[in-house]
Amino acid sequence: MSSAAEKLISRFRTCEVTGLRVNRDSENLIKANAVIAIVCLLIGVTAAFGLVLTRWQTVHLLPADLFYRFLTLHGLNMLIFFIIFFEMAILYFAGPVLLNARQPTPKLAWSAFAMMVIGMIMVNTMVLMGKADVLFTSYPPLEAHPLYYLGVIIFAVGALIATSLFFAALVVAKREKTYKGSVPLVTFGAMTAAIIAVITLVHGAATYIPTFLWSLRLIELDPQLYRLLFWALGHSSQQINVAAMVSVWYLLGGLTVGAVVLNEKVSRTAFVLYILFISMASAHHLLVDPGFGSAWKIWNTSYAMYLAVLASMVHGFTVPAGVEVGQRLRGFNSGRFEWLRKAPWSDPGFSGMVLSVVIFGFLGGITGVVIGTEQINIIVHNTMRLPGHFHATVAGGTALSFMAVTYYVLPLIFRKRISMWGLAKLQPWIFAGGMSLMCMSMIYMGIFGVPRRHWDSSFSNAPFSVEFHPAVWIAQASMGVGGLLAATGALLFVVIAVVTVFFGRPLTAQALREGASGIPQGVLRLPQQLHTGEQVEQVHKRGAPGTVVLVMIFFACFILYYFVNWKILSFLWKVG
Amino acid sequence: MTKNESMHSAIVPPEGVWWTDVPPQEKIWITVAFIWCMILFAMMPVWHIRGGQNPSGIRHKVEPADFMARTERFVEEYKVGEESGLPVVEPPPGAHVYLVGRMWQWYPVLKLKKGVEYTLHLSSIDINHGFALFPLNINFQVIPGYDYGLKVTPNEAGDFRIICNEFCGIGHHMMVGKILVTE
Repeated sequence: MSSAAEKLISRFRTCEVTGLRVNRDSENLIKANAVIAIVCLLIGVTAAFGLVLTRWQTVHLLPADLFYRFLTLHGLNMLIFFIIFFEMAILYFAGPVLLNARQPTPKLAWSAFAMMVIGMIMVNTMVLMGKADVLFTSYPPLEAHPLYYLGVIIFAVGALIATSLFFAALVVAKREKTYKGSVPLVTFGAMTAAIIAVITLVHGAATYIPTFLWSLRLIELDPQLYRLLFWALGHSSQQINVAAMVSVWYLLGGLTVGAVVLNEKVSRTAFVLYILFISMASAHHLLVDPGFGSAWKIWNTSYAMYLAVLASMVHGFTVPAGVEVGQRLRGFNSGRFEWLRKAPWSDPGFSGMVLSVVIFGFLGGITGVVIGTEQINIIVHNTMRLPGHFHATVAGGTALSFMAVTYYVLPLIFRKRISMWGLAKLQPWIFAGGMSLMCMSMIYMGIFGVPRRHWDSSFSNAPFSVEFHPAVWIAQASMGVGGLLAATGALLFVVIAVVTVFFGRPLTAQALREGASGIPQGVLRLPQQLHTGEQVEQVHKRGAPGTVVLVMIFFACFILYYFVNWKILSFLWKVG
Repeated sequence: MTKNESMHSAIVPPEGVWWTDVPPQEKIWITVAFIWCMILFAMMPVWHIRGGQNPSGIRHKVEPADFMARTERFVEEYKVGEESGLPVVEPPPGAHVYLVGRMWQWYPVLKLKKGVEYTLHLSSIDINHGFALFPLNINFQVIPGYDYGLKVTPNEAGDFRIICNEFCGIGHHMMVGKILVTE
């Protein structure tokens, strides 16, 4: 064997749980991106505590300037830095690792990582110095320091390079024949996320490069055009999250209970619908803007007749149905719901995944479609219903699924047993419970007209008094309690992850044999990933009767919430 | 082995042809979901024809200084009093009504009549603001350089507030205006 080939082989190890050949370059890139993601999460969580304790008028902790600064910090670190660093880790996993392939051009990958870190530090520094109190959206002519915009640009270019390396990994794996057949569904989903990421980041460039030049007084900038381009970045980046999150659902389903793919054609077509239509959601933010006509608004806000919503509704069936059928194949076959009752609820990888599906679907998905309706947006735009909706999608959905998958990344990639295992089992429940309470309270307040991004609910210095309905103050308290619980849950996650990475006991073959604590059940005994024979035939016929009931409940809630909102709208002044 | 006899998870690369028939439950759900999507889509154009609340408006680009000048002319013409240092303006039925959002004030105070249609022009002369009629919860984005002319018909008398719900700097939370609707 040539020395070059030997050198290449020495860069791989074989995973003792999954049997995958893991190359060390990708492994280290996953580790680095995951660690920085968690650092950004910590910054975001710290800010979250300040925000909750200020918005809750009884406490009203921070002064106005710090409140808006923390709000800027929170938005950027949660919506952009934490999530995108984590997604880069997912891409390095779903590409080279799942396909048994080498990491193409590791040096370029590390340069991309360095750019992202530099951009992140620049942005956070500018915000903390008080030179960018412009909130996440930075709508001009509200202005930040030029270095703020430059930081975002450097970060985005780094992310774009890292994403293109995922595509390079697909090509390398295919050419070097490291797998047979088609790429796994998880990789296909990650590819969807990567394609949407490219679309998003190009819009990012189209937004921030002109804004950077404008901040240097070199060009003029149209505020409405900025809003259009910004949301093609700002909303589309949430669609990267959706695609990445759904991939993580499929991944965790397989790892935790051997969930199967009911039909590859259906799941993959649903992912393709995301690519085709989901970027049109920029319009969700412009429904009550003066710059666009109704035909444009209706066509775009509906993602071309709701075909991206159709995709999410498809995944909303196939993910739980895949779990149900996987559980039935493992023998939990009696009645409609034995598969659900006997599921591994104490495995944070599993509970986190299920809670993420539920919160994203019921709280995030339904509210999102409803408030993205052209006319219903009149009673929603910029009220607390907005943060109520997107905390359910991004935090309760995406972030929770990323937390859940971390409980498998730690043993499988970092090869550590999870520290504070008892607490880890509770963590998804604490986070999900707090987040759900907070989101519902925010939505409730929004219905009473409470604005988002607002420091003073008492309006004490305003020229005219504003008195909220008394129910608002109760909802504020429950938002406070929910928010504190959620932030505590997120902080617990950070502590568990950091302690595990730096002080965790190593995952040894002996620990695996003995079933030592700190190892999720799916790692301890990986469920069967491929089923054949008579059992399959039987399960195939039966389908997923439990999931059918669950989606019917979902559908009933959806219809009810949708038409109640039209009814509320119809009581208002005539406007048009 | 026929294709129906094997099942795999999402981390296994599927081999052979996976473009297979869709199981019946999935097929039914996709059909139901598709029909629902079409209903969701149809509701919006239907509401434009049948419903009373639409964000259509008369929309133009406008120089902020021009919009301010129009507003001042409007104030001079129909001013009936003053409140909290702001002019109170009572336009005749059917009039073009001008409301300026600026840091950190809604200018002027408006006095309208119930059941009468007005064209309410919204714009900003500095940065983005958010028009939120409280407690009714009618919300529109106010953008400098753009005139958003909305036909509004108040359907109840009362003392309403305009809250700014787009972040507009450190005084954002003090930006409250007023619309009075009389019988």
